[in-house]
Amino acid sequence: MRKLIAVITIALLPLGAFAAGGGNVKLEKANIDLTNEAAIQRGAKYFSNYCMGCHSAKYARYKLMTKVGLSESQIRENLIFADSKVGDLMTIAMPSTYAAQAFGAPAPDLTLEGRLRSEDWIYTYLKSFYSDPSRSLGVNNTVFPNVGMPNILWQLEGIKEPVYHYAVQQGTEVLATFESEAEAEAMVKQQGPGLKIEKVVHGFEKTVPGQLTEAEFDQVARDLTTYLAYLAEPSKLERQRMGVWVLLFLVIFTVLAYMMKKEWWKDVH
Amino acid sequence: MSLMNWIDERYPLTKVWNEHLAQYYAPKNFNSWYFFGSLALLALVNQIVTGVWLAMAYKPDAELAFASVEYIMRDMNYGWLIRYMHSTGASAFFVVVYLHMFRGLMYGSYRKPRELLWIIGLIIYLVMMATAFFGYLLPWGQMSYWGAQVIVNLFAAVPFVGEDLSVWIRGDFVISDATLNRFFALHFLLPFVLAALVFIHIVALHKVGSNNPDGVEIKKGPKGNRWSDKAPADGIPFHPYYSVKDVFGVGMFLIFFCAVLFFAPAMGGLFLEAPNFEPANPLKTPEHIAPVWYFTPFYAMLRAIPPMFNSQFPGVVVMFASILIMFFLPWLDRSPVKSVRYKGPIFKFALGIFAVTFVVLAYLGLQSSTPTKTLLAQIFTGIYFAFFLLMPWYSSIDKTKPVPERVTK
Repeated sequence: MRKLIAVITIALLPLGAFAAGGGNVKLEKANIDLTNEAAIQRGAKYFSNYCMGCHSAKYARYKLMTKVGLSESQIRENLIFADSKVGDLMTIAMPSTYAAQAFGAPAPDLTLEGRLRSEDWIYTYLKSFYSDPSRSLGVNNTVFPNVGMPNILWQLEGIKEPVYHYAVQQGTEVLATFESEAEAEAMVKQQGPGLKIEKVVHGFEKTVPGQLTEAEFDQVARDLTTYLAYLAEPSKLERQRMGVWVLLFLVIFTVLAYMMKKEWWKDVH
Repeated sequence: MSLMNWIDERYPLTKVWNEHLAQYYAPKNFNSWYFFGSLALLALVNQIVTGVWLAMAYKPDAELAFASVEYIMRDMNYGWLIRYMHSTGASAFFVVVYLHMFRGLMYGSYRKPRELLWIIGLIIYLVMMATAFFGYLLPWGQMSYWGAQVIVNLFAAVPFVGEDLSVWIRGDFVISDATLNRFFALHFLLPFVLAALVFIHIVALHKVGSNNPDGVEIKKGPKGNRWSDKAPADGIPFHPYYSVKDVFGVGMFLIFFCAVLFFAPAMGGLFLEAPNFEPANPLKTPEHIAPVWYFTPFYAMLRAIPPMFNSQFPGVVVMFASILIMFFLPWLDRSPVKSVRYKGPIFKFALGIFAVTFVVLAYLGLQSSTPTKTLLAQIFTGIYFAFFLLMPWYSSIDKTKPVPERVTK
């Protein structure tokens, strides 16, 4: 049994590396606002329309959206496509084995994605797909290299080609970065052996326009991020609101406790 | 008070009240360090009460555990509050106990006649660590799973019986449903063992009496105070003086505790680690596995020792030795005085370095190891043990100050 598990683990190691999704890309600030109920509602709509084909949110219930201003009938009409009830958990029909066959890994449940990753990570990830014909789905992602997910929002965003820069490296240390490959090769020729050239995605160039402008698409990514942050910890705002009152009470309590102590201790010398 | 008489004839209620509260005479010069004993008791009670409530909705089943925690966080009324009280409470318990132990180190509370009190305290600490370890598996997240994997594998490093021992602990060849189920049973049991040990700790304390920042034995001083002719002159009744003072301590503690609980329950990944928001997956090792912060000083010492003869066992021995060596403290300290106030510069220096060492080791235990960090961990492991092993020497040559006859203000 243990041998079997060891074998499976080793076989899946490359997969594990890809599922971990490293990448040292600088993340953009998501700047979300959890008090913006309209943003959460829009994010929920995008999530139902675009994400829930493959991703579940199986620890949360559709009903959650009643806490941010939607009525049960609005939830039924806009967010539920299957025959689920408003009180049901947000599961999906696609079996995880199917996703594993189609994309190389099961699509993870996204209920807690907002706590597993940072908000900035989700926001930047959604905006970092680029065209890469070497991948089976035709796209890659700078935040999550070799991700097994298609750019599901491509009709909104359009298609981006990568703009490469050429980094001259000694081991993992980057010595210089050039815009053209020729310049990098010149440096390697001059400074000699041991150096290598690494092709890095520096930016994107939109080649096929989408239905939305760049600013509009950023807003979609931000709304989705806001929703995922809300989904990951729906009680966050309630917790902070309650915390203010608890701390106010405790400060008054502690001041009174201190005065009481002083009074009792008057006769101790 | 005929009801009290009726009870007292059948149960020594007034006697117990007097012996342990109203007529227990504690030194009048306690400072803020003396809050942490009662705060540790508060932390234990908080863990037991919130823990029982969590157990009402938690499912110790590999298929259901993760979802049941999310059920508590989302669908149970104020479930998130109870869960955060428990998760923040675990870390708070260790913070308070570490400060309580450091107080003992500073004022020599482990010295004669309090050796047994110190040892019972260390047993409480060991049981606390076991309880925390069992509890950390229960959310069944990635870090729960792989953290438990790492720690159970320590037992596998024991020569000859290690493999069988680790299987016996897990109840399976890997961390599995069987492991989760028994860890839940033990996590539920041990807090009551803790409560019993705390009772024994307090019985021992009330037998020998409390130490104080001066390390002066008030029982050996003059007798007679406002309440009794036979009581120590420098003692005051625990109740109402220290019960009232501790209420203030509780208030201060709760301000810090609730600030974390309501505004940063994950404490930047220190109290609730991000990978634990992903269900346990035996086929996917997290990039970086670290135990929770309160175990990391010992984890750093474990990793500092390189494998010898193809075995991790030496590291495991060093880790357990780092805890066991504390049991010998009462006999390692040869200083003629108890409190750091009257000890010499060498001890003060050693104690300061020891505190820094503990924090640095805790930090190193959280990081993924690099050659530099491993070297640092080795150096600080050396310092950790030197604090104890060299104590008989440096505490006896140190230049101490004269101890006053009576406690000072």
